[in-house]
This record gives sequence, structure tokens and C-alpha cells, in this order.
Amino acid sequence: MIEAVLSISGMALAAGLGLGFAAKKFQVESDPIAVQLVAVLPGSNCGSCGYPGCQAYADALASGGVAINLCSPGGKATMELLASLLGVTPMAMSDEDLGPVLAVIDENNCIGCTACIKACPVDAIIGANKQSHTVIATECTACKACLEPCPVNCITMTPVKQTLYNWSWSKPSGPKMLH
Amino acid sequence: MGIALTTLRSFHGGVHPADNKSLSAHRPIERLPLPKMLYVPLHQHLGTPCEPCVKPGDKVLKGDLIGEAQGFVSVPVHAPTSGTVLEIKQHTVGHPSGFTMLCVVIEPDGRDMWRSDLVGIKTPLQVDPSEIKKKIQEAGIVGLGGATFPSHIKMSPPKGKVVSLLLINGVECEPYLTCDARLMQERAREIVLGITIMMHALQTKECVIGIEANKPMAISAMRKVVDEFQQIKVAVLPVMYPQGAEKQLIEVVTGRQVPSGGLPIDVGVIVHNVATAVAIREAVEFGRPLISRLVTVTGKGVKSTANLEVLLGTPVQDLINFCGGLTYKTKKVIMGGPMMGTALHNLEAPVVKGTSGILALTSDETTFQQKEQNCIRCGSCLKVCPIRLMPCEMAWHSKHENLDALKEYNLFDCIECGSCAFVCPAHIPLVHYFRFGKISILAQKQADQAKQKVKERSQRKEARIAKEEAEKERKKAEMKAQSDARKAQAAMTAAQQTAESKPSETAKAETPVSQEAPTSGGTISEDDDKSVRAARAAKAAAAARAAKEARDAKTDAN
Repeated sequence: MIEAVLSISGMALAAGLGLGFAAKKFQVESDPIAVQLVAVLPGSNCGSCGYPGCQAYADALASGGVAINLCSPGGKATMELLASLLGVTPMAMSDEDLGPVLAVIDENNCIGCTACIKACPVDAIIGANKQSHTVIATECTACKACLEPCPVNCITMTPVKQTLYNWSWSKPSGPKMLH
Repeated sequence: MGIALTTLRSFHGGVHPADNKSLSAHRPIERLPLPKMLYVPLHQHLGTPCEPCVKPGDKVLKGDLIGEAQGFVSVPVHAPTSGTVLEIKQHTVGHPSGFTMLCVVIEPDGRDMWRSDLVGIKTPLQVDPSEIKKKIQEAGIVGLGGATFPSHIKMSPPKGKVVSLLLINGVECEPYLTCDARLMQERAREIVLGITIMMHALQTKECVIGIEANKPMAISAMRKVVDEFQQIKVAVLPVMYPQGAEKQLIEVVTGRQVPSGGLPIDVGVIVHNVATAVAIREAVEFGRPLISRLVTVTGKGVKSTANLEVLLGTPVQDLINFCGGLTYKTKKVIMGGPMMGTALHNLEAPVVKGTSGILALTSDETTFQQKEQNCIRCGSCLKVCPIRLMPCEMAWHSKHENLDALKEYNLFDCIECGSCAFVCPAHIPLVHYFRFGKISILAQKQADQAKQKVKERSQRKEARIAKEEAEKERKKAEMKAQSDARKAQAAMTAAQQTAESKPSETAKAETPVSQEAPTSGGTISEDDDKSVRAARAAKAAAAARAAKEARDAKTDAN
């Protein structure tokens, strides 16, 4: 009798200690939802959402009570993904959705102050002191981080021009409902 | 014995659209008169677009290079006639989007003069195959069946792959089109000469020319020439659409199936169109680049039909005008065949390397009025799909943008032949759904790649800034240490100097007072000079040290 009780209790103790140790040792520190959310965000840490980086915005979203339409580089597609991950209804984007846009520097008015170069989170602006700057169109993420630092307001968000090469087939309209 | 079967196999499915070839099959090949203006697009092939290498105002001769190929999967573009380059501008082209493309606008001078330095290979069957391939690439030749894949790539099979069979595609399974049939009928010898060059370049011993049974004149003409060559055979194939598709033709002739995502070379076959064979012969034997092609102008919407030899860059309107214009019944003008062609937005679009036909169709020849209805799950599309895909399921997933499901249904194996849409009783635009699905998957892939790139770039920038900050801190600390050292040194020299100057002062004190002031002033300035020099030297030495350290740090970092 006593042997059985002792052996079972011993085993239980060992298992309990093992589990307790494992829980401490292998603890997942981050919020699993935040991990999923940060994977959806663009990852350039541009700060246009008002949080210091994508991770911070993802954490804020995971803890709740934050609007899901703050990521302007991600646009509508990211907002919809966030909505589906968080199980909330999609909302309109905070600013008017122009479709895909790019930052464009008016090279006639640029004074070459390099302020936008420093602000760009993905190094998509090239130029030197007192030389006109320009945006590398293929690298711009449209995060708008360069707009505010520009002292002469010569950067504008311009819709991307549709060409033969970025055109895509639209979805067929589908059958008309008769009733 | 080669790999071609004596008894033909059939591929799965297929359809029998009314072929309407009798509209233009009897028209001999005619040369279209020189057009007033040519708009030569710089991207007439699959692959990277060309870069223009002429400027407005340049005089060009027929065959002059006007667009340079960019990389291996690209071919050059040549001037189709002699004349003046007026401008290089965006011009409408036969693309489903209706958007423009960069075109070289050439005003012909009427002389139609070839450049004089074109040289061919007199004995093409005795030269090294690589020379032939080079000629083909330089001539800008692409698959003239309509896919416009650069021919030199098909002529260069990867190492370790043996070409057992050269299959020449004279099937022309698209309804209406008759230009390949006329070419076989009238220029059979040129085709066969091209074939012998290709066989030599590929080092293959067997060639089959596949022709559908509805072209008896072409078959007899080809047979007559082929009889002289033991290694070349003509295979007469039963009529079935889409037999002219590469993979279907291979299955019919050899019984082999090209694996999903694979190429014909995976089963030891290379397929070329009959018109490509002629273009290759012109390029290799005479050094002439590809500057014209045969185009069938037909349909019930055009006054008279024709098989025309047209310079690339000729506006479609010129072809239609030559055929007497459109009738009032015309609903649609299509570039290419009726099954896989593209409806034109604008008749100013130029003829390009892939244009096999211009069809002016009336409402009873098109699906103009048909409205999409719901799928009734009849399974007709499953029966006709030549790839054995499930069009109905794919359209459903495409509609709901289930991109992962689309990949599972092997959407990318679809050749967009249109057989499913042709038989669909609910008039579902299946091919349109597949194109939308394909482009959505590609767009998603691109977006994922872009996101990855953004992350990498922002991480690199952060790392760079951190490194710069660290460097700044290090420099600051260094400068501080140096300035401290300098101060200490300066204090020391000053102390030494005062110690040295004391005896002289005492000596000067004995001299007359009148001379004292200038002398002492001179001494002081001399002392000052000395200390300034010392400080300067110390500074220069420190700067040199700092520069050296910075250089070392840089090389370390590198």
C-alpha cells in the first residue's frame, strides 16, 4: 500500500517539476496573435501609423482598442488581412484610397537638404547635399515618411501610372442575378 | 527507328469549331504594297523588351537594327524597310489592355532597299551548329505560330538533353487561319531547306511535319518535296482543336506526354512552326533578319479575304483597306485566331511577329451577345480539356480568389486554348477567369517578394545607422583623448619655454630701456610663433593618426 502511494506520488512530483521547469524554460514570450499580425504588416517600420515600428503597432492591435486602418503603405489589402486575423469587420482606410501611389520629388523645387533621405525607412531616395534628390520608384513603399520633413513641400504622393506591363486582367463580372 | 509513332495517338478532349478556312484558303500569297508609315513595336517577343538604338531623323535601310536585345531571353528588332525614323513614341498595339507600347515610327522612302552588308552562310550544313544559332538570334526570329518565344533558345537545348525528334508544326488548328497552309503549298522547298538547317543545328536525325487532314493541297506539296529526304516525314493528322498546341502535337505524334511544368525537350522533342523554318532559312542562308510575316485577313466582316506578306509594323487598317474595308456587319476585329486571339481596341495597332491573322467577325461568328450564366455542373469542360484539368472548379476558385486551391488544380498547366469556354452551355468566360487567377497568383508572389525586400532594406538601414552612431561615438572619444593629450603637451612645452626664456630675459634686462620694448616684443612673438607651430604640428600628427585609424577601421569593416 504505502509503496504504491509513494511511487505514484513520486512520479507525480517528478512530472510536476518537469512540467514546471519546461513552462519556465520554453516559455513563448510574445503574444502569438501579435506575431501573426506583424507578419502581415509591411515591416519597414516607417511609423506612419503613429507607433514606433510595425512590431509596436502589432502589439497595440493585439491588445485591442486600436483602429486597423492606420497602415498606409499596406493599404486596403493589409487592412483586410488584419480584419480577418482579428475577427473584426473591415473599415474604410483613414485617408482617401487613390490606389497604388508613389512619392515623387519635384526636382525643380528640391533644395537638396537630404532631410527626406534621412527619413526614408527603406533608403528609396537618392541625392546629395545641394543636389536635387529623386525617389527610386521600384523601392518606394508609399509610407509618406518623407512628406513631413521636406522644408519646401516638394514631395507629392502620385498615383502609379498604368501601363501594359503593370496592367492585369480584371475579374469577370459574373452572371447577372435574375431575381 | 525514331520516336515518332506509325500509328498516331490522340490527346484527351479537344473540340471541333467550324473551321471557316474556305473563306481564304484559295487566296495565293500576295505582298502588301508598302504602307505610308510603319510603327514597329520594341517588344514583339516573349521576354525582356528591346532598347531602341536609333534616334529620330536617322536614315535606316531594310534590315538595319533598330532595337537591341536585352539579355538571353530577348531578340532584336530590325527596320522592315528603308526610310527615315520619324520618332520613337508610345503607340497603340494589339494587347488586351488597350495600352500603348514604345514603337519606332519609320516613314518608308519607297526604295525598299536592303542593307548591303548582309551575309549568310553559303554551306549551312557544314558549319558548327553554334554559328547557326548565332545567326538565328541576330535575325530576331521568334516562334511564328503566335507564341513568339525566341527561337534561338529552343535551338539551344540544355546540356545532357538529346533532341530525338524535330517536330514541325503545320497543323494550323485555329479556325479561319490559312497562312501556314498557303506557305506549305507555295513554298514547300523553302520550308524543307529550313528544316535541314534546323536538323543540323540540333544534331537530330528525325523530323516529322504534322499537318491536319483538312489541308490536302499543303500535304501533297510538302510530300512532293519531302520525298527527296529520307529523315523527314509528313504526318497527316485528324482534325482536332487544339492539336497545334505544342504539348498536344507531341502526344499525337510520339505518344509521349510533356510533364506538368516541363518543356518538350524533357521528352526529347523540339517543336517549330513551318513559318519559323522559312525565317530560319532566310536568316542563315542570306543573313536576312525577320522583318515580315504572312497574315491571313479573313472573316465575314471584311469585303474580300487574303493571305498577305506584310512588313512588321504595318497598321492593321492598311491590311483591311487592301481587302476592301469592313462591312457594316462587323462586330469585332481580332488579331490572331478566333480561339486564342486578342480583340483589337484600335485598328491602328501594327502587325507584329506573332500576328497570324486579322479576323473581322460579324455577330453570328462571335460570342458578342452571350451573357454569363451560372454553372450547371454538366461537366462538358472536363470532357474537352486537352490537359485534363478541371475548368469548372478552377473558374469557381478563381472567382472566389482561392489562390492556393488554384495552384492545387494546376492552373499554370492551362494553355488557355479556350476549348472549355467554347463548349460551356452557360457561356462562362472560363479563360478570362483563368487569366485573372494566374495574374492574381503572380501578383501575390510579387507582393510577398516586395515585402521581403522592404524588410531587408529597412533592417539594413537600421544597422547602418547604428554603425554610424557607434563610429561617431568612437571618434568623439578619440578626439577628446587627443585634445586632452594636446593640452597636456602644450602645457608642458609652455612650461619648458618659460624655463628657457627666463635667462634671456635677465640678460635683456641689462640692455638699455629704449631698445627693450621692441626686442622683448620680438621675443614674445617669436615664442608665440614657436608654440603655434608646435600646436599645429601636434594637430597635423593627430589628424594623420585619426585618418589612418579611420582607414584601418574601414578596411576592417570591409
